[in-house]
Amino acid sequence: MRTIPISMEQGFAYGLVALGIVISFRILAFPDLTVDGSFALGGAVVARLISLGVPPIYGIMLAVICGFVAGCCTGLLNTRLKINSLLAGILMMTILYSVNLRIMGRSNIQLLTVNTILTPLENMEINRFIPIIAFFFVVVFSVKFLTDMFFHTQIGFAMRATGDNEQMIRTLGVNTDNMTVLGLGISNAFVALSGSLVAQDQGFSDIGMGIGMIVAGLAAIIIGETLIGKASVQRMTLAAIVGSVIYKFIIAIGLRLGLAPTDLKLATGVMVILALGFPALKKGKEGKLHLRGV
Amino acid sequence: MIKVKGARKIFKKGTIDEKVAIDGVDLHIPEGDFVTVIGSNGAGKTTLLNLISGTVQPDEGEIYLDNRRVTNLPEHKRALYLGRIFQNPLMGTAASMTIEENLSMADLRGRTRGLRWGVTKSRRDFYREKLKMLQLGLEDRLKESVTLLSGGQRQSLTLLMATLSLPKLLLLDEHTAALDPKTAQRVMELTDKIVMENNLTTIMVTHNMRQAIRYGNCMIMLHEGKIMFQAEGNAKKALTVEEVVKRFGADLKDESLLCEPTSIDSPL
Repeated sequence: MRTIPISMEQGFAYGLVALGIVISFRILAFPDLTVDGSFALGGAVVARLISLGVPPIYGIMLAVICGFVAGCCTGLLNTRLKINSLLAGILMMTILYSVNLRIMGRSNIQLLTVNTILTPLENMEINRFIPIIAFFFVVVFSVKFLTDMFFHTQIGFAMRATGDNEQMIRTLGVNTDNMTVLGLGISNAFVALSGSLVAQDQGFSDIGMGIGMIVAGLAAIIIGETLIGKASVQRMTLAAIVGSVIYKFIIAIGLRLGLAPTDLKLATGVMVILALGFPALKKGKEGKLHLRGV
Repeated sequence: MIKVKGARKIFKKGTIDEKVAIDGVDLHIPEGDFVTVIGSNGAGKTTLLNLISGTVQPDEGEIYLDNRRVTNLPEHKRALYLGRIFQNPLMGTAASMTIEENLSMADLRGRTRGLRWGVTKSRRDFYREKLKMLQLGLEDRLKESVTLLSGGQRQSLTLLMATLSLPKLLLLDEHTAALDPKTAQRVMELTDKIVMENNLTTIMVTHNMRQAIRYGNCMIMLHEGKIMFQAEGNAKKALTVEEVVKRFGADLKDESLLCEPTSIDSPL
């Protein structure tokens, strides 16, 4: 009975991760693995600050900034130091593990007994799901519309072209290195925002909460694109959110049917392998991911 | 307008595969000239364009654009001066973006990009007018993705994009070579028209000797990284394919180059 509201709540909350991955993997064609680290980073920053008595909204803002910086670092490793894009992400993800432990001071912080951004909503005299789902809905769709708008500005065009045809947009005078750094910053800012909200929603921040986030996000994007397509930026961002909800729904159903929670990542991984690998098995079909520098 | 002084470019220097791509080229192209560059495979034609555009940096020598030394200026900083079209029609446009989005990116060539809308209504009308000139019906398909266009349509769009903001120098790198003969001729005629109407300084690299002789007011023949022959003005007008083949055929040793002139009477 509660499967649908739970998958909506989580789907919207994790939809921000999928939106971030749309920017890195889809728009910039950059296989950014920072995500696992920057998700936990968002949770770590917000949890530590809230437990220190900082108002949650400032905690969230700082989490977003930290995510932005982490993404920029990956971009700089790749563009300035010429480190392979996959390796740059893995390096940042690994570094962030230590950074997150430093930020939290231990491996997890509970937030059940303190006031979070969600506390006023949870204290309302109605079914908890209604205000919580509404909150995440508003957040994720606001981010979606801002993203759509951004990618129709002059800089947004330049960023899309950086992922699409780097040589061409460089001859038009765009520094594609800067576009890559900025894009990864924005992408990881979204991911950290998601991490900071998820930590408050689940009532704790944990050092391991980001593990498998990229694969889950990719699964969400692939599901969404199958239904909605990716012909325009608006469709890609909508697909990410819808896909995220459906992904969480599938997972919830799987759990109800007896899938062990420990096998979740295995199941998600297989899902992504099937989705990415299926076109390759049918000869002459192009793969679903086009990536630069891999 | 553009000066190349003693440019040398060596690839894989100091290895067994060392290759001198450009071996001391001096070139001066005044404003408004249309120069065609011909040469066999490996003669250094594309490397010469790459040096001018900043895609590669010379090992020796200097490059000046508009009396400004640009020898080591990165590619994106030369964009204000240069428009470039490649052989591959896929290289000049962003496929996943629409026709009007591609045009608007070209419209901002070399300028600072901000958070204003990429396509505005007044610019859209301007793009529509420009697209009409191509006579391909693209003016009614502004919001369509470029993936849907044929190679010839994409190359025509690239041509429009490269010339939209009137670059000081237009670089054409065998830009009709990948098209079927009929489309190639259409694109070439369109190129000539745009270049003439706007008096654009142009360098066109080509494999096609007929094209090199017929278009432009100056022809340069490159061979093993050096300028082997240069014809300007009336001397260029008087050139014929047979004459060039007779004089240089033995040196060029490039079958593709020598094949084409044998069918002189067939349409381009």
